[in-house]
Amino acid sequence: MDFSFSEEQTLLRNSVQSFLRDKYDFDTRRKISASSEGWSQDLWRQFAELGLLAAPFSEEMGGLGGTAIETMIVMEEFGRNLVIEPFIETVVLAGGFLRQGGSTAQQEAHIPGIIGGETVWTFAYAEPQGRYNLADLTTTAKADGEGYIINGYKCVVLAAPWADKLIVSVRTSGGQRDADGVSLFIVDKNADGVSTRDYPTVDGRRASEITFENVRVGADALIGEAGKALPLIELVTDQAIAALSAEAIGGMKELNDATVEYCKTRKQFGVPIGKFQVLQHRMVDMFMAYEQSVSMTYMVALKLDESDVERCKAASGAKVQIGKAGRYVGQQAVQLHGGMGMTDELNVGHYFKRLTMIDTQFGNVDHHLSRYSNAA
Amino acid sequence: MDMSFSSGDLAFREEVRTFIEDSYPRDVANKRSRGDMTRDDMLAWHKVLAKKGWVAPSWPSEHGGAGWTITQRFIWNEECARAETTPLLPFGLSMVGPVIYTYGNEEQKKRFLPGIYNADDWWCQGYSEPGAGSDLASLKTKAVREGDHYIVNGQKTWTTLAQFADWMFCLVRTDPDAKIQAGISFLLIDMKTPGIDVRPIITMDGAHEVNEVYLDDVKVPVENLIGEENKGWTYAKFLLGNERSGIAGVARSKKAIERLRDISGSELVDGRPLIEDGEFSRKISEVEIDLTALEVTELRTLAAESRGQGPGPESSILKIKGTEIQQRITELTLEAMGNYAFVYAPRGKDEGNNAFTPGPEYGIGTAQNYFNMRKTAIYGGSNEIQHNIIAKMVLGL
Repeated sequence: MDFSFSEEQTLLRNSVQSFLRDKYDFDTRRKISASSEGWSQDLWRQFAELGLLAAPFSEEMGGLGGTAIETMIVMEEFGRNLVIEPFIETVVLAGGFLRQGGSTAQQEAHIPGIIGGETVWTFAYAEPQGRYNLADLTTTAKADGEGYIINGYKCVVLAAPWADKLIVSVRTSGGQRDADGVSLFIVDKNADGVSTRDYPTVDGRRASEITFENVRVGADALIGEAGKALPLIELVTDQAIAALSAEAIGGMKELNDATVEYCKTRKQFGVPIGKFQVLQHRMVDMFMAYEQSVSMTYMVALKLDESDVERCKAASGAKVQIGKAGRYVGQQAVQLHGGMGMTDELNVGHYFKRLTMIDTQFGNVDHHLSRYSNAA
Repeated sequence: MDMSFSSGDLAFREEVRTFIEDSYPRDVANKRSRGDMTRDDMLAWHKVLAKKGWVAPSWPSEHGGAGWTITQRFIWNEECARAETTPLLPFGLSMVGPVIYTYGNEEQKKRFLPGIYNADDWWCQGYSEPGAGSDLASLKTKAVREGDHYIVNGQKTWTTLAQFADWMFCLVRTDPDAKIQAGISFLLIDMKTPGIDVRPIITMDGAHEVNEVYLDDVKVPVENLIGEENKGWTYAKFLLGNERSGIAGVARSKKAIERLRDISGSELVDGRPLIEDGEFSRKISEVEIDLTALEVTELRTLAAESRGQGPGPESSILKIKGTEIQQRITELTLEAMGNYAFVYAPRGKDEGNNAFTPGPEYGIGTAQNYFNMRKTAIYGGSNEIQHNIIAKMVLGL
């Protein structure tokens, strides 16, 4: 039993921390979010130069051979700084699909571009009727000659406005919610028949609605075996949930620190409001919610390679914990900051908004409670 | 004891329902949040009601009150919520208006009440300051008497919709040496007076509802003082009591639960409506039961009020439970929306920006409403302060 970080892992954390401290303060983040692009390609390239985008790939693939712990460290620091750029979408999701399900040819063609910060990817999976069910798909791919033709619609595809390439979940056979018959395709965002409409999200990022109309892809665009992709999708989204949990604890940590600091300095009735016991206990509850979330984040990162059932319970368990804790910490941080907590000017509201949407991303508390219950 | 409606009450309900259907201004009917509304939009319904004589039902009849019973007022609120009419702005009608007719002199009543009633004047509330929030009495904005005027200097904050205001009722310190509550006065300030600077505060949902108001050597005629100098805290507390009794928002919450049920009937989980999911449906029931309890609690409070027992510290219950319920409903609505809760709908700060807002129409702005409603546990005396009031004034702790 050992919960300490290796020397390399501590170095990684220090280097991400000092980079973000210098280059990603809250004002910079605000400007990036409000810019017409909505993200910083320049910073993305610098993440690549730091080696962050290489972390989870094996050395044979040109990566650094990191584990889920390295991803956790990067995402925790990203969470503390509210980083907008698509690390989860490009490295954890698309990188995860290519790394664990892609052919050697696909890996050789695409992973260097990810590691180098040249190509941005995202995962187009959600559909309006499907809510959080990854298998509830009406987007289809039909075999046609050597390749496939894709038709359908994907909603709230996060980071899609910045992406060059998409990984799209489709139905190649079976009924609308069958586990069998789900496939994954690599699609160029500028391919004929792909049309996107972009919009801002409430947490300061961007997303797109994407329509696929007779989009032709070659057989080499299929990831893994046709119709058998659901287990891979479950695995990779669980890995993304682990990364998202790390982002959440980074955000909670910042909110708790800011709240304690504020309550020590804000005076009402002649004393710092942190002297009031009712607020002290509130902050203790926030602290405990955070500590429990840290535990679940470590736990899921360490269990991603276990059996499907164990992994699924770990990921859904973590998602429930961070969903509930994120809501509590976020709401109370706003409440204890009073009117200031409501403003756009202070960073508190921005963490609160991001934590709120982290609960929605890949399924909220209710969804993962059911998934956990059904897995047992 | 009787909770049923008389035939007269039912006839009244028919009358007001028909009136709302016939008279509610169509062009504001589709605008749900204040962020979508212009100044005129926000006043359109007020003006219709003023003409009808129904804009301030609880005011004394000589100033235009409707003379309605508490049951009729209850029915009226329910029908307005049901039709989703624009909520009337409280600053004139339920805040400063009652202060003026209760504590103002004849001259002030004549001068200000018609403007409030007819919405010719837009009022804002100059209470909170950067250093005086929950501890309102510690306010520092000072007014120094010079001949026929007070010279006011200081800063107010969280001033709702001050960007449109013609007048501000303002708490100022007139005696810096007295005990803190004893040195406060209640002044009415014309917002066109030189030295007033209104600066927007954007909230995290993107809305421009609140402002900072800077006062720099603002000259206010002494005839704009309400009641006696240094007695302002009494009037301020009277006003806060009224503010709290209106804050439960029961009828609006009922409507919001109805909307939540509709949304849950349209959103799907594995091909079935979300409302058929037992867990989610139980969560809606739970908040609805809380609301039922609050509704009866409010009726009990109103009944006591009609017997002449003015809104006491019990009204803090209405504030706490009312806002908790409002927040819970927006939280469940956010949950109901699933992925489309991510979509940002342009608000005040994005004027003229017709951004693409995908997803069902009923979901637009859901997350932002949830964010915005966090304010309710903070404003009007934070819910922590309300707990203190009940602990001290009701339980005697």
